[in-house]
Amino acid sequence: MSANKEELILNQTTNTIKDGDVLIDIRNITKKFNDLTVLNDISTQIRKGEVVCVIGPSGSGKSTFLRCLNRLETPTSGQILFEGSDILAPDANIDLHRQKMGMVFQQFNLFPHMSILDNLTLAPTRLLKRDKKDAEAEAMELLERVGLPDKANAFPLQLSGGQQQRVAIVRALAMHPDVMLFDEPTSALDPEMVGEVLQVMKQLAEEHMTMVVVTHEMGFAREVSDRIMFLEGGSFVSEGAPEEFFAHQENPRLRAFLSKVL
Amino acid sequence: MSIQERLYMNLVKDQRWMYLTDGLLNTLIITVFALLIGVIVGMFIAIIRTTHDKTGKLKWLDRFCRLYLTIVRGTPSVIQLMIFYYCIFTSRIFSGIFVGSIAFGLNSGAYVAEIIRGGIMSIPQGQMEAGRSLGFNYVETMRYIIIPQAIKNVLPAIFNEFITLIKETAVAGYVAVQDLTKGGDIIRSRTYDAWTPLLTVALIYLVLTMFLTSLEKRLERSLRQSER
Repeated sequence: MSANKEELILNQTTNTIKDGDVLIDIRNITKKFNDLTVLNDISTQIRKGEVVCVIGPSGSGKSTFLRCLNRLETPTSGQILFEGSDILAPDANIDLHRQKMGMVFQQFNLFPHMSILDNLTLAPTRLLKRDKKDAEAEAMELLERVGLPDKANAFPLQLSGGQQQRVAIVRALAMHPDVMLFDEPTSALDPEMVGEVLQVMKQLAEEHMTMVVVTHEMGFAREVSDRIMFLEGGSFVSEGAPEEFFAHQENPRLRAFLSKVL
Repeated sequence: MSIQERLYMNLVKDQRWMYLTDGLLNTLIITVFALLIGVIVGMFIAIIRTTHDKTGKLKWLDRFCRLYLTIVRGTPSVIQLMIFYYCIFTSRIFSGIFVGSIAFGLNSGAYVAEIIRGGIMSIPQGQMEAGRSLGFNYVETMRYIIIPQAIKNVLPAIFNEFITLIKETAVAGYVAVQDLTKGGDIIRSRTYDAWTPLLTVALIYLVLTMFLTSLEKRLERSLRQSER
């Protein structure tokens, strides 16, 4: 299938997916690093407009799970359907799918050799062939939204961690993704900067962005998410809407985990 | 003999300064072409080798590159030069300048390759992941994100290689090229004065390399902008 055709089909599927429909269908994925099984036969569905928080002890496979969703890690077996197409298929054009899946990293990963504005416009101009002026205008709007319009011409290393992470979020948003993946977005931040990043994420959730968030911020998970999933030893041990999830927990391992972090 | 007399005899008389200017021109031609070849070859090898290291692809190209690096870095450049001139490009429609440019270029390419490879490896994995996660493919991520940062990091080492290259071309006389060094040699054989032509030649090389160093400083400063 030619890239253009595939793009067309992608766009069509995007338009027909409504709030509540399945956006990412994860079917029996297993991930092994040599003999170590990190994810063990995981199945779940991410629905459009849903905010899902993935919690769990370190080494439980949370990040690996998230990174499988945009194939930064390739599952050993299983299927992942994104907007109806199997992104693990050998002939899948993963680059096109990734344009629709924004990702935010623990270490921000801004491009240090470019100004903030260039960080935001690089992908839209090169990949979506957006006009430079338009892309810049939109980048400025996005920066406005996260309170950093005065940093447009600064370079990443001149910003604080919290500012860099806010820029990283809008860099992903500039591609108009259908889902945002957050890999412990506040774990590398000084405590006083956590709030400003969570605030931006909360605002996104209110705008019905589909979000999958790996996090240790229980307050955020409780307040913002529609569903919390507890991952341990490579499997989802427990999941549910926040109220019930935190209210009555029968699972002893989850109780032990929550007693440590809450 | 006074200094003035020596200078007159070695440089002015019979227009002997032309040995040096013609030689300098040849040295510059060889250096510039070798530099271009070296950077292009080096960049290709570096990308092939890092791609292999990171993805496991390009196995045979990688092996070929490693063989190339072993041979080029393991033998003297003057021997390589003579092999090219006397064994490979034996037809004399190939001038010494042409063969020299190629030989020095391929030699320099091996060193540039390892410098750039080091630069690429020094960029955190997160940069590649950030580029890929936006939807750039491997080549685009390399081009827009990894290579520009890598080049910036290896600028001092690259310029060091350029400086080495200029001085290394001094053996071009082995393949009948009248370069700067050879030009000085010819003057010495005419005047039987060793000091004046050799010091003059050394001074010209020094000016060339100092120019390169100042160019590097300026480039570095403009690239450091993002770190302030």
